[in-house]
Amino acid sequence: MPVGRKLFFITLAIVALAVLDQLFERGFGDLRINPYYARIVSLAGINITLAVSLTLINGLAGQFSIGHAGFMAVGGYAGTYLTVYHGAAIASFLGGTPLEGPGSVLVMIASLAVAACAAGLAGLVVGIPSLRLRGDYLAIVTLGFGEIIRVIILNIPAVGGATGFTAALPITSFFWIFGVALLTIVVVRNIATSTFGRALGAIRTDEIAAEAMGIQTTRYKVAAFVISSALAGMAGALWGQLFANPLNPQNLNFVKSIEVIIMIVLGGLGSITGAVLGATTLTVLPEALRTFDQQFPGLRMVLYALLLILLMIYRPQGIMGRRELSFAWLRRSTRDDGPAAPAAGAGKDAADG
Amino acid sequence: METLLQQIINGLSLGAIYALIALGYTMVYGVLRLINFAHGDVYMLGAFSGYYLAHALGLDGNPSVLGAIVVTIGAMAFCAIVGMLIERFAYKPVRHHPRLTALITAIGVSLLLEYGGQVVFGATPRFFPQMIESRTYALGGVQITNQNLLIILVAVVVMFGLEFIVHRTRIGKAMRATSYNLQVAKLMGINTDRVIAFTFALGSALAAAGGVLVALAIPRIDPLMGLMTGLKAFVAAVLGGIGSIPGAMVGGVLIGLMETGLSATAYSTYRDAVAFGVLILILVVRPAGIFGSTAVEKV
Amino acid sequence: MAEPAPAYLLDVRNVSKRFGGLTAVRNVSLQVPAGTVYGLIGPNGAGKTTVFNLLTGVYAPTDGQILFDGTPIHGRRPHQIARYGITRTFQNIRLFSDMTVLENVMTAHHLRTAQNIFDAIVGTGRSHREEREMRERAMHLLSIFGLAGLADEPATSLPYGSQRRLEIARALATRPRLLLLDEPAAGMNPQEAVGLMDTIRWIRDEFSLTVLLVEHNMKVVMGICETIQVIDHGESIATGTPAEIQSNPRVIEAYLGAC
Repeated sequence: MPVGRKLFFITLAIVALAVLDQLFERGFGDLRINPYYARIVSLAGINITLAVSLTLINGLAGQFSIGHAGFMAVGGYAGTYLTVYHGAAIASFLGGTPLEGPGSVLVMIASLAVAACAAGLAGLVVGIPSLRLRGDYLAIVTLGFGEIIRVIILNIPAVGGATGFTAALPITSFFWIFGVALLTIVVVRNIATSTFGRALGAIRTDEIAAEAMGIQTTRYKVAAFVISSALAGMAGALWGQLFANPLNPQNLNFVKSIEVIIMIVLGGLGSITGAVLGATTLTVLPEALRTFDQQFPGLRMVLYALLLILLMIYRPQGIMGRRELSFAWLRRSTRDDGPAAPAAGAGKDAADG
Repeated sequence: METLLQQIINGLSLGAIYALIALGYTMVYGVLRLINFAHGDVYMLGAFSGYYLAHALGLDGNPSVLGAIVVTIGAMAFCAIVGMLIERFAYKPVRHHPRLTALITAIGVSLLLEYGGQVVFGATPRFFPQMIESRTYALGGVQITNQNLLIILVAVVVMFGLEFIVHRTRIGKAMRATSYNLQVAKLMGINTDRVIAFTFALGSALAAAGGVLVALAIPRIDPLMGLMTGLKAFVAAVLGGIGSIPGAMVGGVLIGLMETGLSATAYSTYRDAVAFGVLILILVVRPAGIFGSTAVEKV
Repeated sequence: MAEPAPAYLLDVRNVSKRFGGLTAVRNVSLQVPAGTVYGLIGPNGAGKTTVFNLLTGVYAPTDGQILFDGTPIHGRRPHQIARYGITRTFQNIRLFSDMTVLENVMTAHHLRTAQNIFDAIVGTGRSHREEREMRERAMHLLSIFGLAGLADEPATSLPYGSQRRLEIARALATRPRLLLLDEPAAGMNPQEAVGLMDTIRWIRDEFSLTVLLVEHNMKVVMGICETIQVIDHGESIATGTPAEIQSNPRVIEAYLGAC
């Protein structure tokens, strides 16, 4: 894409996000979105970032991380720490406070940047030792890492310890949530469709052959893992500053990581469209099941677990398989209305994953 | 000196529990190359089935050694069946799928047992009946309870029993063959399905024994008790060298010693992180673990 | 260059590989002059594939040296060795199974790209240009192997012989100077095998390659190799021209003994 068109699309995205931000946060006159729905949409946006970022490592590189919430926590706490302790100073550069005025934009950007760096660094530290080895070690290390993070947070009084980071300011808004979600989708898609995406695919399907073709498997796995972690860190910063007191060691445990995994597995492991679909479904579904949840407490999670097992047995490729929803694909599938192209992709996933 | 000895005794009995659970992880991983995430939850089921069995038999009021043995064996049998059912209905259908699929299935089973446990048993902790009168022996300045002594004793006996089964019996030979190469073992006429079922039954029974033993010493049980303990036991298996029976034992004891050792220092709040710190360290230094050997993939 | 060019492109000096108590390769030396087709033969289990694995860095030798164009490469990682210019095919075909034919070849081109991951993320001109070049080069290679028409098919849907040719095309995409072929004619019918011989000769000239191959099909080996080396029980027992090898009593004994 030429630079001019690229700038055009970026401007378009910013304008659209700003308009939607106004609609969701404040409304246009009488036209207002019910705050309850607005909140669900916001959560969906954050979950999209989480799911798409996890797709990079679990779906494309085929390395299995089950500690995404750990990186989310690192980013969330780091970003929030910056806002709480240095937000006022940062905002004063451009005028205003972390919550208002032009300075608030700077604070949000700084908070996201710090979150991404901290989580990315954590990804590097966890990734280097575990990604040298076969897949399942990463699973257990990432899980353990989440636990270490939780224990460390409990021991830092400056971020609230066990009671949670109650000093966090609600600076997140629709604009930033979907700005980051869009950024995540573009980053992961561009990697997926590039020569690096093919290299990751080679690692996923046959690590020995990939090495023999000159692909530096460890380095690419670590790179994918760091980028994935950094994006999750940004999601953490958005989530941690969305409403009052979400940052709590109890909220960012193993269960949160599993939720993200169910999202991408349901959508189709390896498909960005699938991740978006899965994230949206699993954000809206629990809300729809709210009354059910109150009647039968705990049963929802039992159903999640069953869903996960049954998916693996009967439809391991999820909704989308590895396919992406794109204009080219839509054109193709409406034109030759045969199942040939999509079915080949879906069938293969079942066999090779 | 006495406090050190005391720490070692405490560490040994904690480590013996990790070791009992680690044995199950190691056996299943050895045969199927699968991290059976649900294994820690089978340990939880062991404690709960013992709890219900003790109540059903009216053993909760009057401690008796015979009662404790009956309850333990009952829980082991129950969990052996559960283990085989899990394998048959969740893992077997995905056995020939990519390993990732099997791993996700295992996580699903683990969640199912945890949340199912919360629905069935309730989320609030329950208290295991006192089945053995607690006695504390003092040797010099070191104290040890009869329950802790029992845990250590059972773990040692189980390890030697397992070594015997794996190296001296027919089914053990079949297990080793299956672990070496499932396809070839099948071609050699070994009923690998039965070997795998047996492995799950055995591992689950050991986890159940661990669950009951722990509940005898620390009566508080809840549906999520298996999560952390299970993970640490897995780390113990990796530390010892996954696939190795003495390795699981040594790994479990080492993790137990490290945890109790840390509890005695100013860093006791980091206790739960130790196992995972150790895990990352092993992966850097010696991924094969203490007793393991690095397998080279055939090209 | 002050140093004289090495006499051999590949110079393996007294290499051994032990796995625990088992010695798979014992004291093997191998001198492959540039531009030749060199055959490595021997009965099943003689250690030929182990030699390949040592050359490509899958295993590190227990003893001995491997020089590629004068540079020691023993103990290097496989991806580093590919960068030096040695690529291989596999005895049990190892294509990237969920990719198309074209993608398989393009993936191997990755080694010779100049872009970094940020080029890809931002979508810079360089990444687009390279993507185009990669696609063109890959299509060119596919057309050499008669696979251009199947470019968008899933790689594993190809018939066996075509998968073998695709593996060679993929190996060539890394722009090697030394190509290692592990039983390229396995599973091919006689016509395909003859075609393969022509192809190997042709690519050797076209890409100025040196080819080292392990092969059981004696017709292929005798037909295209300038030099043949025989390995038995992990040891080198003879080296010579096809005619010399065919009349060597030790070779005959090794083969008959193995039957």
